[in-house]
Amino acid sequence: MNSLKPLYPTHQPRKLKVATVSLAGCFGCHMSFLDIDERLLELIEHIEFDRSPLTDIKQIGHCDLGLIEGGLCNSENVVVLKEFRAHCKTLVAVGACAINGGLPAQRNHLDLAQMLHDVYQSRPGMTVGSVIPNDPELPLPLNKVHPIHEVVHVDYFLPGCPPSADAFWQFLTDLMAGRTPHLGHGLMHYD
Amino acid sequence: MSTSFTLDGNDVPFTPGETVLEAARNAGHYIPHLCWHPEFSPHGSCRLCTVKVNGRPGAACTLKAEPGQLVESDTEELNGHRKTLLQMLFVEGNHFCPSCEKSGNCLLQATAYQMHMEGPHFEEFYPDRPVDASHPHILLDFNRCILCGLCVRASAEVDGKSIFAIAGNSLGAHLVVNSESGKLGDTDMALADRAASICPVGVILPKRRGFVIPIGERRYDVATVDQNGQQELP
Repeated sequence: MNSLKPLYPTHQPRKLKVATVSLAGCFGCHMSFLDIDERLLELIEHIEFDRSPLTDIKQIGHCDLGLIEGGLCNSENVVVLKEFRAHCKTLVAVGACAINGGLPAQRNHLDLAQMLHDVYQSRPGMTVGSVIPNDPELPLPLNKVHPIHEVVHVDYFLPGCPPSADAFWQFLTDLMAGRTPHLGHGLMHYD
Repeated sequence: MSTSFTLDGNDVPFTPGETVLEAARNAGHYIPHLCWHPEFSPHGSCRLCTVKVNGRPGAACTLKAEPGQLVESDTEELNGHRKTLLQMLFVEGNHFCPSCEKSGNCLLQATAYQMHMEGPHFEEFYPDRPVDASHPHILLDFNRCILCGLCVRASAEVDGKSIFAIAGNSLGAHLVVNSESGKLGDTDMALADRAASICPVGVILPKRRGFVIPIGERRYDVATVDQNGQQELP
């Protein structure tokens, strides 16, 4: 008896590889992403995570989609952002910080050296002899906070502080279906 | 005598002397605008109301309505230009909506939602103009100013105080306060002044009154800016 074998091997559609990262972010965009709740189980049928705060992968591989939360506030942010751009076909600025620097960019009218001095050296309650951390292990802060589109090309912006879970869902389902993401009234907000 | 023009294929009646924007608004049609206000003469600075009249672009707030005009407003091309203008306004100021008391009640923000502005597109200016907190009841955050001149007009024409002016030129143009010190606290501005409530963005704010409306109930949470068109403006 011949066993019934399919003529061709069957394949599931390849899952989209998605990387995520928080630069000068607060992780709030990631939390809002997780707010899609049980829809995560549906999502995971269609995507697999590469480098992300949710996985243990240290180096980003080739990805279909990169979600960037947070603006750029230090040198490491810039290196990571460029790695993401080099490895992701589609790169998305997620949240107010990635889009226009966000509330962290309110430091842009202050003098960086003065701020570091105020926080690490002269703040009340500091141990005598406290200095500004100067180990080369630590990334140097940038003079100003910048949105990510000022350093790399960005394919899509997903606004909000954070974008709502429904906005994430709309955006991702549109993208996975090959549609240009569209956020209507109620999903489009900057606050 | 009733006469009319055509706006995006709709017949719009007007009274002679009315502008295209006034007539459109009276007939229930929304043309995006920021610096125009029904109580005041047109300003023509924001350019959001730019329409095409018989194929030629012009500001609907200053163009007089004429019988038989063919006016285009809600087109992909014009809305694209409007989005670009909004992006320019956003990068020129520090529009950090997440911490702004005007968020949800802001005409600039609501218009940007309406024009599907997802991102800023241009490089940020990050202006550095100190806030003026010298007045006991009113706060000024100049980094959000879009130079619509509504406070200038309201203070001069309604309040009769001429407290505000726009000074400087080109990129250096900015809102100033008309007092010896340049501080609002040294003027006779009052919370009840028309100028205190007319700012369409988050520049002129009453102190100790921020974040009073729950999210979901703010002006533009409830209705989009075009649906808001027939209501009284701030």
